[in-house]
Amino acid sequence: MLRPVMQQHSDRSTMTRRRWLGAAIAAGAWPAMAAPQAVATRAIPSSGEAVPAIGLGSWITFNVGGDRGARDDCTEVVRAFFAEGGRMIDSSPMYGSSQPVIGEALQRIGRPAALFSAEKVWTGDGARGAAQIETSRAFWGVARFDLLQVHNLLAWQQHLPMLFEMKAAGRLRYVGITTSEGRRHGEIEQLMRQHPLDFVQLTYNPLDREAEQRLLPLARERGIAVIANRPFREGALIDALARRPLPAWAGEIDCASWAELVLKFIVTHPAVTCAIPATSQLAHLRQNMAAMRGRMPDAALRDRIARAVAAAA
Amino acid sequence: MSEWWTYRPSDFLMFSPRIYWRLFASINESFWPLQPLVIALALAWLARARAHRVAAGALALAVAVVAWAFLWQRFAPINWPARGFAIAFAVLAVLLVALSIGPALRGTSRWPRRRFGGALIAWALLGQPLLAPAFGRPWLQAEVFALAPDPTAIATLGWLLLVEADGRSRIVVRLAVLIASLWLAASAAMLATMGSWQALVPATALLGSCLARMSIHDLRRRATPPLR
Repeated sequence: MLRPVMQQHSDRSTMTRRRWLGAAIAAGAWPAMAAPQAVATRAIPSSGEAVPAIGLGSWITFNVGGDRGARDDCTEVVRAFFAEGGRMIDSSPMYGSSQPVIGEALQRIGRPAALFSAEKVWTGDGARGAAQIETSRAFWGVARFDLLQVHNLLAWQQHLPMLFEMKAAGRLRYVGITTSEGRRHGEIEQLMRQHPLDFVQLTYNPLDREAEQRLLPLARERGIAVIANRPFREGALIDALARRPLPAWAGEIDCASWAELVLKFIVTHPAVTCAIPATSQLAHLRQNMAAMRGRMPDAALRDRIARAVAAAA
Repeated sequence: MSEWWTYRPSDFLMFSPRIYWRLFASINESFWPLQPLVIALALAWLARARAHRVAAGALALAVAVVAWAFLWQRFAPINWPARGFAIAFAVLAVLLVALSIGPALRGTSRWPRRRFGGALIAWALLGQPLLAPAFGRPWLQAEVFALAPDPTAIATLGWLLLVEADGRSRIVVRLAVLIASLWLAASAAMLATMGSWQALVPATALLGSCLARMSIHDLRRRATPPLR
């Protein structure tokens, strides 16, 4: 008896991909690995440039040191990421060997033109920022970064002016700041109000929703793109959810896994530009990228996802 | 670090357990087949346990290998604080060299130190390598004395329980105990953060070493005020 009601609800609450954002092939200059299906993209407010709604984080997962087998695995993940229509890869000097591992992977797969490189500056010494960025650039093997962010607001007073100078000189396309796990939201808010930021990166998922109160509305108001980090709480959320069956209604928004449900919840917030789940496993990467396809939840269904995740986690 | 109280130990763990354990496979492959030879030589020494200068020199070499080949070359790329421990292990190696060429060391006469020191060394040589299969990891990832930091630090603490020194050498011994103990404390914290019950091993070795060092004899002496 419930089924028709649920279906009716789904018909009302499920947006089509066309209505949501419009479809785009992100990897236009990457014909050999063109995305099998169109993927959902979001526009960067400050430029209008479209980026796919799912990016690739590298915290822990790409920090594999000199482990040859693990480096090969990372290369295959990066290859599959572009094949699935991905663009944005995010890293930091704080992430151990992640930068050289990303650089090696990019070099081995032929440096896809679709790459959107998102890096960070992370040093308490403002005078060392430029040298650190140059070291990071050499690791990645890119001519310039698309996005540079001040990691966890460390020495932002010195780094932000430098990044804006780099952008003005054409040596950088976008400037951003980052935080995680709800820290320093007050300062983040101040900086969002006072500086012409292109991006802000923060933690957002169905359980960590503090950003909805002030930062996400402010990002919309100020035209700042939002990158959502720690979508799975470093895997702990997915581990907890894996013990519970996927709700039957997940199929109504074309979700075959909890990971897709969580990511669709995140990237359908109107202020969020993309989520950056990190993984070193191909199967997980494909699951994550699937969240860019199929029907998307509207506000009512997003609430339903949040309640289901909170109950199951 | 602002809002430091919001950080958890897991926020500082920047590598996965899978990659950490694979470091041991990497170093074991590089040094094979030296492992059985080193263990056999160490056991031969333990059977007599008299040549303290030779033991200090051998331990210095083992600690230096761990500092360079494991901590610096393999661990530091995935965990930048490991550079500090690599330097600390290098200092420990220098301290052990100083003990090997300094004034003669005496074997301790206190039975808790003798027994627990010997037990720690035996565990480091024979017990620690068994932990990999015991915890479901392949043999290739076994932690072997003179290549892996935990068994090397445990063996060092064990040997430092067996000997007693006078004068400046006593300070050197205390510094060496401090460095090996700091590593075991860090290792226990790291393994616990990784969710591994193996954290109990370095924690137990450290606690046992401290208790054996403060033997019953010492405790009685401290509890009883001197007669005036």
